[in-house]
Amino acid sequence: MELFKGVNVDWMGKAKYFVSLSLILLAVGWIAIWRHGIHYGIDFRGGTLVYVRFSGPPPIDQIRKGLQSAGLANSSIQGISDISNRSSQNDVVIGLEQQGTGDESLDAGKQAILDVLHKIFGTADAAGKQDFNSITPSALAAYLTQKDPLNLGTTTGAGDRYTQLAQKLTDARDKDYGGIVTSFDQLKSVDGATQPVLNTLQSNFSLGNFTIRNVEIVGPKVGAQLRRQAILATLYALAGMLVYIAFRFEWVYGVAAVIAVFHDVLITLGFFSLFHYEISLTVIAALLTLVGYSMNDTIVIFDRVRENLRLMRRESLPEIVNRSINQTLSRTILTSGLTFLTVLVLFLMGGEVLRAFSFAMVVGVVVGTYSSFGIAAPIVVVWNKYRGQGAVSSAGSAAEKRVAAARR
Amino acid sequence: MNPQLKWKFVFILIVILLCIFGLVGLPDFPTSFAAVKQNLADRIKLGLDLKGGSHLVLQVQVEEAIGQRCDQAVDQLTKQIHEKNIIVGEIRRIDDTHILTRDVDPATSASFRDLVNSQFPDWTMAPAPGETSGYILAMKPSVVSELRKDTMDQALETISRRINALGLTEPTIAFTGRSDNEILVQLPGEGDPTRAKSVIQASGQLELRLVADEQTFPSEAAALAAHGGVLPPGTEILPGKAEGAAPGQSTSQVYYVLERAPIITGQDLRSENISPSTSYPGQYQVDFKLSTAAAARFGPFTSANIDHRMAIVLNHQVYSAPVIRGRIEDSGMIESFSQPAAQDLVLVLRAGALPASIKYLEERTVGPSLGADSIREGVRASIGSLVVVMIFLLIYYRLSGVNAVVALVLNLIILVAFMAYAGATLTLPGIAGVVLTIGMGVDSNVLVFERIREELRNGKAPASAVSLGFDRAFLTIIDTHVTTLVSATFLFLFGTGPVQGFAITLIIGLIANIFTSIYVSRAIFDYHLAHMERQAELSI
Repeated sequence: MELFKGVNVDWMGKAKYFVSLSLILLAVGWIAIWRHGIHYGIDFRGGTLVYVRFSGPPPIDQIRKGLQSAGLANSSIQGISDISNRSSQNDVVIGLEQQGTGDESLDAGKQAILDVLHKIFGTADAAGKQDFNSITPSALAAYLTQKDPLNLGTTTGAGDRYTQLAQKLTDARDKDYGGIVTSFDQLKSVDGATQPVLNTLQSNFSLGNFTIRNVEIVGPKVGAQLRRQAILATLYALAGMLVYIAFRFEWVYGVAAVIAVFHDVLITLGFFSLFHYEISLTVIAALLTLVGYSMNDTIVIFDRVRENLRLMRRESLPEIVNRSINQTLSRTILTSGLTFLTVLVLFLMGGEVLRAFSFAMVVGVVVGTYSSFGIAAPIVVVWNKYRGQGAVSSAGSAAEKRVAAARR
Repeated sequence: MNPQLKWKFVFILIVILLCIFGLVGLPDFPTSFAAVKQNLADRIKLGLDLKGGSHLVLQVQVEEAIGQRCDQAVDQLTKQIHEKNIIVGEIRRIDDTHILTRDVDPATSASFRDLVNSQFPDWTMAPAPGETSGYILAMKPSVVSELRKDTMDQALETISRRINALGLTEPTIAFTGRSDNEILVQLPGEGDPTRAKSVIQASGQLELRLVADEQTFPSEAAALAAHGGVLPPGTEILPGKAEGAAPGQSTSQVYYVLERAPIITGQDLRSENISPSTSYPGQYQVDFKLSTAAAARFGPFTSANIDHRMAIVLNHQVYSAPVIRGRIEDSGMIESFSQPAAQDLVLVLRAGALPASIKYLEERTVGPSLGADSIREGVRASIGSLVVVMIFLLIYYRLSGVNAVVALVLNLIILVAFMAYAGATLTLPGIAGVVLTIGMGVDSNVLVFERIREELRNGKAPASAVSLGFDRAFLTIIDTHVTTLVSATFLFLFGTGPVQGFAITLIIGLIANIFTSIYVSRAIFDYHLAHMERQAELSI
């Protein structure tokens, strides 16, 4: 099966349309950033994020009111919709901006959020029972050892048996029921959970209707530090690539590739702002990956230009570039199409944690592919025209040129 | 088969066997399928984001330790000047590393300089600007940096001892490397780090000090005012709980004036144990015994100070200030705590004191249920995308597609095996790195295949088309891979935790990819060509 055979498109003739399209996209992105700003995630902003799962649909309005009456006015609450994971419908993320100077205890925000939740849902009930849905395996093991529902007494290994049992019970809770058990009968299937064990649990534990799935707290100094580090890593990566391409081709190719990549990152950032996604550490990883991908596409075309320059001595540079893009077009579309499919699957199925990451990739793959022929190649052509030697040129590494010069 | 090709396949087979052995054959050779599964689970190290657990970054307040050293020097200097009858107007600490001495009597300034030069080798002396006979003592930079390093090492050691005493599984305690005063603590499987955090943060400093003023004061200002604004030499004000209220009950804060120098510190303790409290039912007390040397000091001290109050200072707070009723030899007790608090106090006392206080900068806790979900979703996404890509390759490239599929699967096996051998940790962004490796693998195959098709269109025979296709695509593949490797390396060098996890899978995946898409794929093509009818068409 072959989809693209004998394509003959005058890409360089359409360069001005590409440039206009890019300018429009950049403008839209910048307007979005200007209107909404860039949304930094808590990695870069500092603050508190608590990820809570409820046993039923979460009463978001009630929680919001509770947070406000507790004086946490700068908090945000957001439900999660994840088509790939039904149980996450009952999840919410509660965020709290960095407060004060950072001299107070780091987890004050988390404590305040938990207090509000406990107040609304009354987890610690009147009898002072512990909440089975938030107990750790080690605490449960200690509890079981103390209550001794299996009547093991002080036989050797009693502690170990209860430790194992506690691990199995909490594993069942976390892996089979998504971290939240609504009835102790659900634990019947657990190996070793005999009726006496269940009775002990029933009479000593309550079943809270929410559980904390994830807590992230980042101090203000760390946020600034991580932000600086991310920007530095990106700049170093770009400089490294520029040097490598300049070494393998010629400096104008390196510059063109880096400008194209910059263009991709800027447009992707614009899309992030437009769709209200947050920039986190993982998104920085995604941006760098798309930088790599976009470079990939550009290099494949440049490689072909370099090869064709040697074969086609009489044609002009725009013709050679056109031919090179057409020759590599099937590869470009196949690879980008498959990568696009891959990241689309990741976007749809990868879960909430990878959502922003895969969004960056979905946008980046499209923009990155387009920029190799729409931006990078025209820059090389225009530069050579500007130097007034449209036909003769000039790819080939410095080393090759020296060889050519030596032969003369 | 020609011998060269045969050796290629032998080499590929060895690589595959090594990878499979690395994944399931260690640490014990498996004898059952269950053992295979167990080995596989053990060999792939999961990051905290997949396994669940707590990740804490804390900052050691190194400046405190330097400031303390400065305070000690001021105390020593004051004492020695007094002994040597040198007359100095004022000795004062300016900041953490500088001491100002003003109005040194010209008659004794020579002996003052001698004293500093001979007794204070860690300090340099210079005339104080704007003073007629004043000096500024500065701690030497080499001493400061050594003190910093010692403080950090000691803090790391103390925290390690405390965490180990908590009995948590496989904790990681290390310097973060991103700043010279930060320590990273990772506690796998710990869903609630509250207790670990308070144990780490406890300064662990226990001191017994004489109370200089029997009165307590409602505020620091009141304590100062009672002494006419200047404290008696060698004393300081510390906060504490009001006496008389039962411990554990919330009481108003009061302030004590205490001697600065402790009689007993945590280092003088020989053993610490907890037992039920005798005076507060349901509460616990911490019993301690003193070392012989400390007991020799403590006996005479207590008999000399009968009816005076002695403060128990815990973590820079007066815990209680009982009156000394008689001579105490070598044992004592501190009342009264809840059982867990008493256990944690003993744990912290046994592990030793922190050289400086610490502050938390970052806290991330992933609950075990979220970790389980992430693994499920990540693996599902990876397999999903792999299947989509493979089906497409098989349809589009027919028989040659099989070749690409083999290369892709092998790429994944090598990637995972390499991570197991290197002991690298698989994180959630790492799974994303795996998915991206699949993408790069596809790209390499597509590059080669499209090139072969082009050569076939130009009328080349299958064998030479394959050969040319690989040769021409080779340079492109190297260029694209090296460029991505360059950026992944920068990501690894300058990134932090999760980003590094992503970079490491990408780096390993890219290297594996060069091997599979060029070497392995070529070998399979060559094998196929050697067995193909001369006039047959290549299925691509």
